[in-house]
Amino acid sequence: MIEVRNLTKKYGEKLAVNDISFRVEKGEILGFLGPNGAGKSTTMNMLTGYISSTSGQVLIDGVDILEDPKTAKANIGYLPEIPPLYVDMTVDGYLNFMYDLKKCKLPRKAHLTDVCDLCKISDVRGRIIKNLSKGYRQRVGLAQALINNPPVLILDEPTVGLDPNQIIEIRSLIKKLGKRHTVILSSHILPEIQAVCDRIIIINKGQVAADGTADEIAKNITNEHKMTLRIEGPTHTAEDKKAITAALRNLPGVKYVRADMERERGIYDYDVETDGKTDIRHSLNKLCNEKGWNILMLQLSDLTLEDIFLKITMGDGVPVVTEQSAPKLDIKVKDGELIASEKEEPAEEALPEDEAAADDSDNNGGEE
Amino acid sequence: MGAIYRREMGAFFTSGVAYVFLVVFYFISGLFFYNGVLAAGITDVSPMFSSMFYIIMFLIPILTMKLLSEEKKNKTDQGLLTAPVGLWEIVLGKYFAALTLFIIAESIVFIYAIILAALGDVVWQTLFGNYFAMLFLGAAFIAVGLFISSLTENQITAAIVSMVVLFVIYLSEMLVSDFENGNKFQKIIFKVVSSIAFYSRYNEFTNGVFSLPSIIFFISVAFLFNFLTVRVLEKRRWS
Repeated sequence: MIEVRNLTKKYGEKLAVNDISFRVEKGEILGFLGPNGAGKSTTMNMLTGYISSTSGQVLIDGVDILEDPKTAKANIGYLPEIPPLYVDMTVDGYLNFMYDLKKCKLPRKAHLTDVCDLCKISDVRGRIIKNLSKGYRQRVGLAQALINNPPVLILDEPTVGLDPNQIIEIRSLIKKLGKRHTVILSSHILPEIQAVCDRIIIINKGQVAADGTADEIAKNITNEHKMTLRIEGPTHTAEDKKAITAALRNLPGVKYVRADMERERGIYDYDVETDGKTDIRHSLNKLCNEKGWNILMLQLSDLTLEDIFLKITMGDGVPVVTEQSAPKLDIKVKDGELIASEKEEPAEEALPEDEAAADDSDNNGGEE
Repeated sequence: MGAIYRREMGAFFTSGVAYVFLVVFYFISGLFFYNGVLAAGITDVSPMFSSMFYIIMFLIPILTMKLLSEEKKNKTDQGLLTAPVGLWEIVLGKYFAALTLFIIAESIVFIYAIILAALGDVVWQTLFGNYFAMLFLGAAFIAVGLFISSLTENQITAAIVSMVVLFVIYLSEMLVSDFENGNKFQKIIFKVVSSIAFYSRYNEFTNGVFSLPSIIFFISVAFLFNFLTVRVLEKRRWS
């Protein structure tokens, strides 16, 4: 439905978007993720033909946006970062204007009623846009994008400025729209992207840094496979800790074991890192069975979208920050925000030397 | 084009620009009509039309100032430029909306004509000649104003720059009037300036000469500046 080939945008010497390529299939909801100034809005403006690319191609349903803009644009509904509202018009007047502007052939009254119902703005249709709250304006902007039922919807931060209830409403609306439309939406709110999108593209410094589902991206950028265990030994003393740590270390596939704090009386938590190839849970169970230990808790802690995002967008150039933030991430993960991807075996990939070393030092520090 | 035209017409009235424009236009043209025609006891409307040049020069920038500058400032141009319409449609929609309001304003002269007809004989040829001259002059000025509006995000800047530009075009003619009998170089300057002059061309009409080349000149200026406006919008995309 949408095909982007080697899209590049230069502002003078500054490279805003650098050689981006991707495809979006029909009925897909694609999330654009990136820090501020990464080139999300620039890319979207190029997709919709608002600005032109320095080089590269945008095809909407096979039509080049620069070669046949009218046909291509007729297939797009666009909600820019700032909704393009004429504030001194009424909502109704404005939507009628957009209806005319898009040369919509659908029955006017019924179509506008549908769109207003969908965006929940039926009760403000007679009001002047100037007097509407930010949330309503955003929804009028969305309604405008939906006029003429374009097969492609491009939404630039559609939930900015909405209250939590409205955010949930808009998200479920987008999910609903995703069944009939191809949707690209940008955001820097991670849970939003995760909740709504089938696929994620992370843009950093004008380039595609990652492309795929959250799980796929997580798998690609890391081969760490971590879990947190809480095991009860027979003596409820530090002896247990030593014995259990040693035994866990000897399990095949275990790369690292670090005894954590005493969470319950005499019972310790253990952070275990595996090589990513072996599922150690079976052998772990067997081991505990033999020794008479009880597993009280087993928590897989793979990367959340947040970790992925931080890793990708902060990873290059600032190694100190990454190293220091790594243990913090682990804690966050333990608190329960995790993506369960236990069935998937992360691809084998060598850890970069410095990163492994950093982990070592962190872990050693925490052992005492 | 129709959608943009209708929206702009609506916006002229909801924003109040139309009322200010019409009231000032009617008031001042009424003054000229009373002083120059009625009080003078003549039925020749040419003096009134001649004076109207100055009013148009200062009023048309009010009409055109926000047409494109506000779109850019409020980012509503994103809606227009991503809709399936061409740049010419956008520019011409706005252009004809302003032109329509101008025609509504200047058509007041027909009411003056009716008043005159009640008092004496109206020379209808002169009236129509002047009416169309003013219409085409306005058409050219609106295109200039629209073009300047496309260059800035600030409507006040657009208005002031438009007034200054139109005023300089008018003044340039006065400044070079001495060059007519000067040396060769001065003569060339005189020729160039007077060939692009608005005022003397317009004045020909008020002197009772219906000059087709001048009409074509005004239409060409209107076309040229609308073309430049389209280029500005086009270029903004590429920069």
